[in-house]
Amino acid sequence: MRELTYAQALREAMTLEMRRDEDVFLMGEDIGVYGGAFGVTAGMLEEFGPERVRETPISEAAIVGAAAGAAVTGMRPIAEIMFSDFLTIAMDQLVNQAAKMRYMFGGTAKVPMVVRAPAGSGTGAAAQHCQSPEAWFCNVPGLKVVIPSTPADAKGLLTAAIRDDNPVLFLEQKLLYKTTGPVPEGEYIVPLGRAAVHRTGTDITIITYGRMLPMCLKAAEELEARYGVSAEVVDPRTLVPLDKETIIASAKKTGRVLIVHEACQTGGFGGELAAVIAESDAFYRLKAPIRRYGGLDVPIPFSPVLEARAVPDKDGVIQRAVELVRS
Amino acid sequence: MANISKLAEMYNKMLLIRSFEEKALSLFKSGTMHGTMHPYIGEEATAVGVCCALEPQDIISSTHRGHGHVIAKGIDINRMMAEFMGKQDGYCRGRGGSMHIADIEGGNLGANGVVGGGIPLAVGAGLTTLMKRMNRIVVCFFGDGASNEGAFHESLNLASLWKLPVLFVCEDNKYGMSTHRSRSMAISDISVRAASYGMPGETVDGNDAIAVYEAAKKARAYVRSSGPMLLVCDTYRYCGHSKSDTNKYRTAEEIEVWKKKDPIERMRAYLIDRGFFTAEELDAMAEAARQRIEDAVAFANNSPYPSPDTVAQGVYA
Repeated sequence: MRELTYAQALREAMTLEMRRDEDVFLMGEDIGVYGGAFGVTAGMLEEFGPERVRETPISEAAIVGAAAGAAVTGMRPIAEIMFSDFLTIAMDQLVNQAAKMRYMFGGTAKVPMVVRAPAGSGTGAAAQHCQSPEAWFCNVPGLKVVIPSTPADAKGLLTAAIRDDNPVLFLEQKLLYKTTGPVPEGEYIVPLGRAAVHRTGTDITIITYGRMLPMCLKAAEELEARYGVSAEVVDPRTLVPLDKETIIASAKKTGRVLIVHEACQTGGFGGELAAVIAESDAFYRLKAPIRRYGGLDVPIPFSPVLEARAVPDKDGVIQRAVELVRS
Repeated sequence: MANISKLAEMYNKMLLIRSFEEKALSLFKSGTMHGTMHPYIGEEATAVGVCCALEPQDIISSTHRGHGHVIAKGIDINRMMAEFMGKQDGYCRGRGGSMHIADIEGGNLGANGVVGGGIPLAVGAGLTTLMKRMNRIVVCFFGDGASNEGAFHESLNLASLWKLPVLFVCEDNKYGMSTHRSRSMAISDISVRAASYGMPGETVDGNDAIAVYEAAKKARAYVRSSGPMLLVCDTYRYCGHSKSDTNKYRTAEEIEVWKKKDPIERMRAYLIDRGFFTAEELDAMAEAARQRIEDAVAFANNSPYPSPDTVAQGVYA
């Protein structure tokens, strides 16, 4: 299969959907000639023109609110927020308006929109450009929350998000934009709400998503090679809706669970994942307590040595996995 | 100029709004109502003047003080009252209540619990109108308080930049909850804010339904052909912000001054002076409006509450 970068895969999903459905359009800051802050929309202005690749002022509330207003009246907008940190400026429009409209209006409204926003640290951009804010939004009924970890998922999940009739927050991973992987050509859909088991194993389940996935897969290889530990690696891919079945099945199978995410551990989505397992019959199969390995509860710092320490790393995953298996 | 049937329609709608609000308040006072409401009494000419100047395909976005907008736009008052009472036959199947009455199919994008929250949504509806080449405009109602929100400024800028067919209607009712406009902004005429965004701004006597109608008619034509506009309606709310407000922040004299400019009384005097209607005919219209609201209450009373088992329905499409 041909290989694409994660960014190219996202662009391909948007391009194919815009060719297929004239109601789909893009709006956001610097998404035209500049191609977006991370180049994801490069070349799309040339193909679709300024009417459908709409550059906006720096007005995040208006971008997300206008997307919601366009969606509820018949369009299928894709809004790009330059950094997921800036979703705070659009919070009312996303949380109080887009997410709640359908329910508040008795199920009569349909709000088919995607808000794409890059998340995560590792770029040296410090505390206001490097957050992993997914947990904030998982607590908002009416929103779907998607985090792709591979180029193929980037394409398939974004296609599914664009075709979904609900507001979808699509948190792209900055450090993955340039990573490559096989991506199916033509129409390719990964349904929302289905986890991926990236590696099967018998001793421990590592549940992770986003840019932590490639790191955890490397950790799993090392666990096998150096410690003889067989790790299963599960990526939920969409946090809302969550594929509880796959997660619980894996926990039952291995009896040990390590949850890894970049976002701050306190109040992070790992707590929800742990609770899903603890509340299920997998609880009776657990051989060790469920363990979370999230980011430290600090704003992302600037200095590279501090930044690296603030989020989980491969050695930390290996160490915790070994502890769990040997406990 | 409005013809006689348009004048009758406007007068009638103002009566309906007033009757709805008076009945709603009495239901609260008698303890039969749940939640809260933000009465529109005193501001009827604004909603009615604007909405009667619209074409059927035009759409509106509304506010927390939104009962007047939806009645003026033309809503089924039975279903509106049922929603108000949290019943199954309400527009939102009891999920929304007073602050979220919406009728998407009927061109009402919904009342809004967040001050200024509906303004970007109206811009989005304007964008759909532009991109789908539809022959309609979007009317975005909001208050003087909302014009201090960031969403207002972002939205007017964006709408003007893209020349979207949105008529921004600011109902300057003088108070954001208890805070008089003079304590929340350093300007006395909100319409000057339009200039910052390169769109026309105009202020009209918001207690004169005919003046609002004429201004909105012209504004609609402008918005259809040229892009957004800000129309400020100078008006006043008689009642407190919500049902729990005791009016400590203003004097009874101030309220009385505005009651002398009551939009319904003014239009009544006009209609009689011009010989369009007799006092008896107008009294009959008022009685019919009250009866219409009583019928709506009866409808709502007869509607069942939604089954609690359906609470999780309608979150996702």
